[in-house]
Amino acid sequence: MKLDPVLLAVLKGRLEQIADEMDATLFRSAFNPIIAEAHDASHGLYHAETGETLVQGKSGLPVFVGAMSFAVKLVIDKVRKEKLTLRPGDVFIFNDPYEGGTHLSDFKLVRPFFYDGEIFCFLASVGHWHDVGGNVPGNYNPVATECYQEGMLIPPVLLYKEGVLNSDIISILQSNSRLPGSLYGDLNGQVSALELGDLRLNDLLSEYGENIVTSALVELNHSAAKLMASYISELRDGTYSAEDWLDNDGIIDEPLKIALDLSIKGDQMTLDFSRTSVACDGPVNISYSTCIASCYVALKHIFREVPANAGVLKPINFVIPSDSLLSVSRPKPVGGYTETILRVIDVMFQCISQVAPEISNGCAYGTINALSMSGYRKNGSRWVMFSFFGGGHGGHPEGDGLNHGNAPISTATIPPLEILEAAYPILFTEWALRPDSGGSGKNRGGCGAIYEIELLEEKADAFLFGERGKFGPPGINGGKTGALNKFTYPSALNDKTSPPMVSKMVGIHLNKGQRIRLETPGGGGYGSALERDPSLVADDARLGYVTSASALKEYNCVVSEDGVLNVKETNLLRRKG
Amino acid sequence: MIGDKEERQTVVGVDVGGTFTDVFFLNEADGSCNVAKVPSTHDDQSLGIQEGIAKQQEKLSGVSLIIHGTTVGTNALLERKGAKTGIITTKGFRDVLEMRRRDRPETWGLWGTFKPIVSRELRVEVDERILADGTIHKALDPLDVKTAAKKLIDLGAESVCIFFMNSYANDLNEKIAYEVLREIWPNDHISCSSQILPEIREFERCSTSTLNAYLQPPIGNYLERLDAGLRKGGFEGEILIVQSNGGVMSVNMARSFPVRTALSGPAAGVIAGAYIGLSAGFPNLITCDMGGTSFDVSVVANGESSLAAQTSVDFGMVVRTPMVEITTIGAGGGSIASVDRGGLLQIGPESAGSYPGPVCYGQGNDRPTVTDANVVLGRINADKPIGGKLACLDVKAAKISIEKHIADPLNIEVMAAAEAIIRVANAKMAGAIRLVSVERGHDPQKFVAMPFGGGGALHAGALIKDVGLSKALVPRYPGVTSALGCVIADMRFDKVHTINSILEDLNINELVSEIKATANEGQKSLSEADVKFDGVETAIELDMLYLGQTHTVAVKLPIRLETIESSLNLNMIQSAFENTYKQTFGRLLVDIGMRVLNLRVIVVGHRPKFDLSILGPSANDSIKDSKTGSREVWFEGAWWQTDIYDRLSLPEGQCVLGPALLEQPDTTIFLDPDLEGRVDKFGNLIISRKNLL
Repeated sequence: MKLDPVLLAVLKGRLEQIADEMDATLFRSAFNPIIAEAHDASHGLYHAETGETLVQGKSGLPVFVGAMSFAVKLVIDKVRKEKLTLRPGDVFIFNDPYEGGTHLSDFKLVRPFFYDGEIFCFLASVGHWHDVGGNVPGNYNPVATECYQEGMLIPPVLLYKEGVLNSDIISILQSNSRLPGSLYGDLNGQVSALELGDLRLNDLLSEYGENIVTSALVELNHSAAKLMASYISELRDGTYSAEDWLDNDGIIDEPLKIALDLSIKGDQMTLDFSRTSVACDGPVNISYSTCIASCYVALKHIFREVPANAGVLKPINFVIPSDSLLSVSRPKPVGGYTETILRVIDVMFQCISQVAPEISNGCAYGTINALSMSGYRKNGSRWVMFSFFGGGHGGHPEGDGLNHGNAPISTATIPPLEILEAAYPILFTEWALRPDSGGSGKNRGGCGAIYEIELLEEKADAFLFGERGKFGPPGINGGKTGALNKFTYPSALNDKTSPPMVSKMVGIHLNKGQRIRLETPGGGGYGSALERDPSLVADDARLGYVTSASALKEYNCVVSEDGVLNVKETNLLRRKG
Repeated sequence: MIGDKEERQTVVGVDVGGTFTDVFFLNEADGSCNVAKVPSTHDDQSLGIQEGIAKQQEKLSGVSLIIHGTTVGTNALLERKGAKTGIITTKGFRDVLEMRRRDRPETWGLWGTFKPIVSRELRVEVDERILADGTIHKALDPLDVKTAAKKLIDLGAESVCIFFMNSYANDLNEKIAYEVLREIWPNDHISCSSQILPEIREFERCSTSTLNAYLQPPIGNYLERLDAGLRKGGFEGEILIVQSNGGVMSVNMARSFPVRTALSGPAAGVIAGAYIGLSAGFPNLITCDMGGTSFDVSVVANGESSLAAQTSVDFGMVVRTPMVEITTIGAGGGSIASVDRGGLLQIGPESAGSYPGPVCYGQGNDRPTVTDANVVLGRINADKPIGGKLACLDVKAAKISIEKHIADPLNIEVMAAAEAIIRVANAKMAGAIRLVSVERGHDPQKFVAMPFGGGGALHAGALIKDVGLSKALVPRYPGVTSALGCVIADMRFDKVHTINSILEDLNINELVSEIKATANEGQKSLSEADVKFDGVETAIELDMLYLGQTHTVAVKLPIRLETIESSLNLNMIQSAFENTYKQTFGRLLVDIGMRVLNLRVIVVGHRPKFDLSILGPSANDSIKDSKTGSREVWFEGAWWQTDIYDRLSLPEGQCVLGPALLEQPDTTIFLDPDLEGRVDKFGNLIISRKNLL
């Protein structure tokens, strides 16, 4: 049945709203700040037979848009394989990162939605729980070699059977977490979100009828595919290749290659990751589903109008070999998946920039920098501070990159320093933009940041999980690379020792008054630095985003320390090239 | 005797909007009302105000009170036209304003940029540091402040913000710096973060205080001009300014805290909406303000508007002061309709705004907008456009544009395309209403829609059907709702102070004296203005949370200031928190401690209200005289012969059956064929489904 275009547009809005309302329900009822504040969660409607994304909420974490269909597929496969019969009110729960995507912290709830006695679609909810066991509180363990060191792994099991809760499962989950109360609250929020989705979808189907809503979903899928295909067909046919690197896997200090050969043929795109390194020992592996989800994130950053449904991926073919670090299975550790998917996104931008620089941008800072500090207060109580840090975004066709932004895979904000200082015995001694960190270019990369933290109590340990310590964020279209991630701590050698694995380290011992210092990458530049307007370079020098030494070296601009441009000498220098 | 207090009987509400300055007059002696509408004067809003008042009030000496909702602050922020401002801050932290909370403007797309309102060279560091517990880690040398100030003055700074880390916990260093600056700064445009917002969260405090400093010169100058102009005309009364939270404050307060006017204008509209709704028996409503580029909704539940703790005026421009919570979506009259590459009809986010505006304005835009669709469908009178700026609207051009951009790509008839635009726009607006009501845990069926502003009433009927609202209420004068809101707004004093203590460690005696001191300060501030109150009320709230959480809930303490010593204790605070938490989240956490983050003291001076029925229709009106003609309106695929009424002359109790158009100078109401409208005693039009009345 072909729907009239108005009804289609109206139903699109109503369906998206159901997913948005599910998001809103969880955000306001979640107990843990990773969901409540950083919105590390997602909800949607998924195909009854294939698990494909039909509609997904707009306010959830970008990377889940794409990963969740694999989670739903996992339930569908289990039901088929075990010849189970689903009933209204059933809810599955699991956190398997290999089939369902991302990492162990993300718990997925999947509920069949019945209409007129048949499964119309699945509703699903995913949220990042505060603690799921494992060796490191908060589950960012940079030296894990198996998933068992990262937390508990729950396969799809029935949390609710025909609406009746199996509380044994909650007991098992709670006894495996350092924060059982938080887990219980988040779980309830997710259940409420699914209930609300069920209610709203039922209303919608009663109002419009099953056939019409089904037709709308089919047409929305076609329309998304058509939209994506139309963008692709505007790109010149050919193969565009990029390679980027992870510093190491935290276990062996060898770079790991992320390589993409992106081919365009007509309105089809192939993403071939065959030349990528094979699975590694440490926790920077990701699963197949996570890899596809991160490609989707990159596409959505480039083609912002494409909707969140599976149709978008129709014109796209993936080649991801099964021995690749982008396609691992149990028990390979995946806790640091954020670093790897940031790199996947970076190679996407780099490939697209070769065929269409006008829609791409320099790479963003490309590391999550999960830093934790922990110790005991004078009164003997334990404290753990855990946070992610920011960096610069890439230069882009419309201007310089954003200073101190968040990672492309998330929309999370950083907690206020005053809250951190009030909660933990630490003192920030510097919180500043980092000069010369943005990659040079016609449009400069945004600046990364400097964070320096002093310990106020007698003793503490610090842990860091970061990247981009050896390979800076690349620029595009002639733009230069942003500065490297740099972390220093006091050791027996000197006050500013860097970790052997550059940005990954466990168990740094700190004494009162000692400081750790994190300097994060800026973004990559866009276009040749020699095309940058010298007056902008002078402004940058005056404001301290760029030093006058770099103005000379990178931009061929003669600028005094206080930012005064020497026009004559600059012209001379630039003419010489 | 002219100018005698007895003679000053008129209270005047003034709302300055983008296009018009609206004035509402209330004569407190005889209860009569009047309105005036004049074009806004953008270079100096005070000129338009004087002109508007002069329209109905010969002598300014007869005015006792002028209450003003202003957009001077909003515009200065949006257009970045505040003063050149400097910041003096803690060593190591000059980039707080620019680093924000590490966010980005849009979820999708990485092309954001951000230019802070104070550039990096105007942010000067001094060596000082306070710890989170208030300990002075590094004392401040006043000489350093002098040097920093001199640098800023040399760079041309007009105003200055003092922002030190953890000053919420101990304001000593900021106070020292303030004293130094008072001596040497060439004017009084000095904002001190511990005075503007003594609340934990450095970026929010820095941003709010800096924006305050940025607005001090322009708002100060504006208020001076306004005051001088009015006094010259013989005005001897008091001027009050509407704050973003819907309460009013004195001119002196506005001069010191201009950032509190960031959403002054829209707030007054919501306050009026709440009062009109309450009077008419609808305490639960959703106000809908449809402008040229946006559709703003706000929830009023049980007669009270919802307040948000903060807002972003623009990306990275965070203002943290309590303000009426308004949700905006990009669906206004000027929103452009298009068909995307996937073949889907979309409304917005692009907008033609008010200039060049819709195609039918004939000012250069050729892409169809929501207004164009309304014109083509016959819902807007093309020969009598609202506002009187244009003589007539170009229906033909609007039709051609819809044909080309919508009908052809979708392969449908042009009238169907025009109707499609309205339906999709309605669906989008309905979505905004659903989300604000659901997010607040409200059931939309218990709410009525209240459109105000120029455009909303055309869509109100459709919205109640789309969302499942019970009714829509169109106020008698939708175009001057904000000005009316000014007249009835209460005077309000807000102060927040961070306590940050675990509940069991809370020092009750200290808290009591702090509450009393703040309440005194508030009452003093209220009594400084020459304003009558029916009563003064003090509310005490604590922002509280469970240990480990980051989101607080605002806990209203069920106590009275007079008996605070005997009633305030830990048990009472705990149970107040648990009640609020349970209401908000439906459950409690067991065995987890609680924290008191902030103390909020709110002092409200209730201003006398007036009976809205004086706005109502006169007893002599009759529907016969109201009917002014008829025209064809397109609805659900057909032309309907539709009666047109002069809305303001409809008698009380009159029921009008759809399809009908109700016209008045500042708006047009469309009743769908399946709707009807009834005039209540206040002159409001209550729209509902036909079979439900």
